Amino acid sequence: MELLAFGKTGWGDELFYATLMTIAVSVTAMLIGFIFALIFTPLKLSKYKSLNLIGNFYTTVIRGVPELLVIYLFFFGGSGAIMYVASIFGYFEYIEINAFITGSMAIGIISGAYSTEVFRGAIQSIDKGQFEAAKVLGVGKFAQFYKIILPQMLRLAIPNLSNVWQITLKDTSLISVTGLVEIMRQSYIAAGSTRDPLFFYSFAAVLYLLLTYLSMKLINRLEAKYSRGY
Amino acid sequence: MITSLPKLLSATLITLKLLSVSLIVGMFLGLFFAILRMSKNIFINQFAYGYSYVFRGTPLLVQIFIIYFGLGQIEYLRSTFLWVILKEPYWCAIIAFALNTGAYTSEILRSAFQTIKPGIIEAGKSLGISSKIIFYKIQIPIAIRQSLPAYGNEIILMMKGTSLASTVTLMDLTGVAKYIISTTFKPIEVFIVAGGIYLFMTFLIHNLIKYLEKKYSFQ
Repeated sequence: MELLAFGKTGWGDELFYATLMTIAVSVTAMLIGFIFALIFTPLKLSKYKSLNLIGNFYTTVIRGVPELLVIYLFFFGGSGAIMYVASIFGYFEYIEINAFITGSMAIGIISGAYSTEVFRGAIQSIDKGQFEAAKVLGVGKFAQFYKIILPQMLRLAIPNLSNVWQITLKDTSLISVTGLVEIMRQSYIAAGSTRDPLFFYSFAAVLYLLLTYLSMKLINRLEAKYSRGY
Repeated sequence: MITSLPKLLSATLITLKLLSVSLIVGMFLGLFFAILRMSKNIFINQFAYGYSYVFRGTPLLVQIFIIYFGLGQIEYLRSTFLWVILKEPYWCAIIAFALNTGAYTSEILRSAFQTIKPGIIEAGKSLGISSKIIFYKIQIPIAIRQSLPAYGNEIILMMKGTSLASTVTLMDLTGVAKYIISTTFKPIEVFIVAGGIYLFMTFLIHNLIKYLEKKYSFQ
């Protein structure tokens, strides 16, 4: 137990901050994923074939390629891509991107592909009459999606989004390969310096279980709240 | 880009080996735990639930690290025959993958068993078939057919999961891709080739499952 003490002697406070980091990365990635989903869902549902193609390309590629490979692409390719863009604007210094941003972006794009599929399914299960009613009332395409369809869709999407959240939370463990100090990385450091990997990795597993358990409780409450009146 | 292709293709064989062995072991584990889940004994039932809860609630990376780095720490294990297996990263990865996919498979099979209509089992009983044969010859085939779509997704998830073998020094497709990226600094090109190979495998698995679904449909 002294291994988990707070302060200089134990790893308690380090692991506590690492857990906060995992939560921060997961939430950021989930939000980035939502942004991607809000862009790509309309593309997938569009009546234009070329837009469909872009949407399908995104979800197929991201869901068919290992998460770790996507993370390596961002980790090794991220700063190169930014430097390339910067060089167009005449800036040639070395640019290093923060591991938090790279990691959240990589996980966010992955989570976005899953969210897109969830949103698409939820929109397709909304009654056609809603679309027609909006059209009859002369509501514009944009307002129709963001003011009428989106709020109704969110209620239907919550159960599946909770799965996406679980996937995202677990995927953040993979960012440890880039050196960002979250639960996995901190356990790796602690295991290395105390030579007690069994204890620290098991403790990491407990922390992840705790996070998934608590978030499920929270989501169930949210679900109950949004399905009031149904 | 072209010169790295042979290396990546030979690494694909390792990925496929990891995938197939862990899926076969995981299938048996999944069936075993699905049967335990349906037991009326609350301890057996809760044990199976705990297994699937823990393995589905923690990242695969943690599971591999516990098995590869953690179990080697137990002195007692080092003196048993298990150490022959546990000192190899290959077998550690397979144990972790099999346990992980076993947890998901047990959930898939459990829900498939629950969707079997009671009338089918009753029909078997009224024909005088013993409950053992009803289970093996009626319930299991129907459950396998019911779970095909969900199991297809699980195969694809597991295929992506095998990429984590690269974290315990195995040179699978992702491991080799990372090595080539870090030596040539051409992340996008390597990503396109390695990602293309993964996508091709996803495509094959997807179509295989579709074919099986059609072949074994009830009509």
